[in-house]
Amino acid sequence: MAAAVTFESVSHHFAHVRAVDRVSFEVVDGEFFSMLGPSGSGKTTCLRLIAGFERPQSGTILLHGAAAAHLPPFERDVNTVFQDYALFPHMNVMGNVAYGLMVRGVTRTEREQRAGEMLALVKLDGLADRRPGQLSGGQRQRVALARALINHPRVLLLDEPLGALDLKLREQMQIELKDLQRRLRITFIYVTHDQEEALSMSDRLAVFNEGRIEQIGTPEQIYEHPANRFVAGFVGVSNVLPPAVAKQLAGTSAAVSIRPERIRLSEQQPAAEQTHCRIEGTLVDSQYHGAATRLRVALPAGGELTVVRQNQRSRTGEPAISPGAQVWLSWHREDMQVLGDGA
Amino acid sequence: MRSSSAGHARASLGLKIAAIGGLLFLHVPLALILLYAFTTEDKSYQFPPPGLTLQWFAVAWERQDIWDAIGLSARVALTSTAIALVLGTLAGAAIHRSRFFGRETVSLLIILPIALPGIITGISLRSAFNLAEIPFSFWTIVLGHATFCVVVVYNNALARLRRTSGSLVEASMDLGANGLQTLRYVVLPNIATALLAGGMLAFALSFDEVIVTTFTAGQQTTLPIWMLSELVRPRQRPVTNVVAVFVIAVTFIPIVVAYYVTRGTEHVAGAGK
Amino acid sequence: MSTAFAYERSGGMGRRVSTWLYLHPWFLLLLLLAPPLLWLGIVYLGSLFSLLLQSFFSVDEFSGLVVREFTLSTYGELFSAANIDIIVRTASMAAAVTVAAAIIAFPIAYYAARYAGAKAKAVFYLAVMLPLWSSYLVRVYAWKLILAKEGILNWFFAKLHMTWLLDALLATPVIGGTSLSVSYIGTFLVFVYIWLPYMILPLQAALERVPPSVLDASQDLGAHAGQTFRYVILPLALPGMVAGSIFTFSLTLGDYIIPGIVGSSRLFIGQAVFLHQGTAGNIPMAAAFSVVPIVIMGIYLTVAKRLGAFDAL
Repeated sequence: MAAAVTFESVSHHFAHVRAVDRVSFEVVDGEFFSMLGPSGSGKTTCLRLIAGFERPQSGTILLHGAAAAHLPPFERDVNTVFQDYALFPHMNVMGNVAYGLMVRGVTRTEREQRAGEMLALVKLDGLADRRPGQLSGGQRQRVALARALINHPRVLLLDEPLGALDLKLREQMQIELKDLQRRLRITFIYVTHDQEEALSMSDRLAVFNEGRIEQIGTPEQIYEHPANRFVAGFVGVSNVLPPAVAKQLAGTSAAVSIRPERIRLSEQQPAAEQTHCRIEGTLVDSQYHGAATRLRVALPAGGELTVVRQNQRSRTGEPAISPGAQVWLSWHREDMQVLGDGA
Repeated sequence: MRSSSAGHARASLGLKIAAIGGLLFLHVPLALILLYAFTTEDKSYQFPPPGLTLQWFAVAWERQDIWDAIGLSARVALTSTAIALVLGTLAGAAIHRSRFFGRETVSLLIILPIALPGIITGISLRSAFNLAEIPFSFWTIVLGHATFCVVVVYNNALARLRRTSGSLVEASMDLGANGLQTLRYVVLPNIATALLAGGMLAFALSFDEVIVTTFTAGQQTTLPIWMLSELVRPRQRPVTNVVAVFVIAVTFIPIVVAYYVTRGTEHVAGAGK
Repeated sequence: MSTAFAYERSGGMGRRVSTWLYLHPWFLLLLLLAPPLLWLGIVYLGSLFSLLLQSFFSVDEFSGLVVREFTLSTYGELFSAANIDIIVRTASMAAAVTVAAAIIAFPIAYYAARYAGAKAKAVFYLAVMLPLWSSYLVRVYAWKLILAKEGILNWFFAKLHMTWLLDALLATPVIGGTSLSVSYIGTFLVFVYIWLPYMILPLQAALERVPPSVLDASQDLGAHAGQTFRYVILPLALPGMVAGSIFTFSLTLGDYIIPGIVGSSRLFIGQAVFLHQGTAGNIPMAAAFSVVPIVIMGIYLTVAKRLGAFDAL
């Protein structure tokens, strides 16, 4: 498979802040690739480097195998959906969507026809005459998408495109975006700080922290086998075992993590099994979240573990365990993950 | 904030009186000028006027020296505004788009001609003309006026650029427009009204400027210089009153236009005359 | 590959130039900055420099011609008792005008920022903007009408049978005089009138930025109106007030027309500069004199910057 975007040891800094620090990665042609990380981690800067809004101070960027450093944004087969949508306020929806064709000198009839098709693609038929100011947030988002797609870019960059939408709309757009990407077979590079969004939509994702990539992999790899403490903590909730417990249960002095939903909680001591380990603790509190309940358990050796229990029907009517009660925790040994960096 | 504060509390009577009194203080003198343009008394500023007449408008209309002064002022104001539009917009764009070494110094330099008293600009230019042995002309007036008009356009352009999402330019380039196309289709349409407002204000500023002009005009008479000489040595008082009314009208129109074209987008047009 | 749909880019020349500028962003900056910088650098800074230069020249006592040789004698003359008088008089006037303008401006700015609805706000704004931008001379002229012996103010006092009050005011030493139009009171009134809008606008801008909830919080914590004003509103409005004072102070310092038209025959800095360069032909002295407001404003701006006034501009 060919690479759509290649970064080779790319660095970029603003004034004295190193925003991107010797980053290397490859985005495969046609995949949905996410860049995940907290704000200021360098993910948006990487996106801007691909678009050509910034030029790297060192390193090589290739677009479909060709060096791109000397190409301004208007010479790249790459289009962007901006975080604030950046719709032109002085043009109507048609003008916005057809802009990319207009500046290429496409005739009016043809660009209006093509823009109409694009608006149909994002389900906005009939709104061509509206101004951006007259649209809802979700509609603006779709206009931005149609505008970016009209040039048939080989790579579409999306900078936190759903950040400004409310939860319901965001979930709906996640599905539509993924669906669109499958139909158009365009490479999507998606910047987000929302780990759930990144996990559910991506073919692969890169986790950024302080200008570097901590880990690249499929959602399963990232979630199941976090490379280090940062990834384990940032992607999903993770328990890092206290060193004494890690030594006793996993026999290592490295940091060991276990996902809350992999821990079984019971009021009686479970039967000993070779494949499982078990430990006793005291329930500190429990929070009801609807679909699941999250419990915090203090360990006698110090430290706490978070446990998530699905609220299945069989448990309704059971008396709730009250804080202060002694409980038993157990989990499969293979669910423990030894983290790369030291404890 | 506006809506919550509107119904929030009523202003006390004292505050209302003080605020309205302050506004009256600003406007009653202008209203008086209007009244005096119609007075029948032509030797003193007697109040109340003994009678009202329209004859002074006809007298002023016939005066060639007034027409010449208006013509010179208008040409100076138009030329200065044109120069200020170019220089102010360029400076605003440069300050907006990049953080370069010496940026603060450049913005200070642009503001300096209005931050320092006008007489400094005037006497400086005069001493420079004197040193370089440049004779006074239309262009020496324009040189001075354009210098202090730049900041008006600059302020308006910069304020609009700051309010315009920075990603618009990037979006345009991203969609395939080169620099010139971006300028034409995105940047200019978005800052056009701000430039119109800045230009209007620069015109108004130049049209009635007197402090710098006295130093740079030599023997030429712009409208304010004509008025100044009438103020010092009054000849036909009611004619001066009529010209004063004309000047108020000519400067009010661009100010109101400038206000309406930038309304709702910014309230900075006057924040630094 | 989806390039089958892609359209060719057009505009050969513009594209090449744009690409070149993309690769050399400093050149674009230079292109933007060069014209305004050249203009202001040559015309304005050049003039300021020539002014400074001339202040180090002197005038030959016998011929009256400017001697183009470096000397500090002009500055020596500048600090004569009569000139110090002029400087002190001007600075005191500027300070008095600034304080009065702040006092009159505050209620207007406060009302507009806090109580005026959208419509009233527009009216207030235009009401302040129009005098600010409209003719300076015409507005000075209006006061000549008002302060004249036969003018409206005297008429008004006479109607109210309060002429005695006006006479008592004019009998005050120093600030008084034979009539309002030749007294310091007259000069002061006109200065306040002319520069008032410059105080209102930055003050209003500063007050608009005070969230109403802060005032509620102050009340909620038990402060009465006076305390809220003293401890909350005033400190938050101060940067705006300082910004406005830069204008009122600087403009009063340099004005030579108002004291010439309304006021006593005693000189202000601006008039001294004007007279020295004009009738006396002593440009070096005029130059040295105009350095005074520059120095005063330099000190003033440094202090103002410390107080954060530039954020309120």
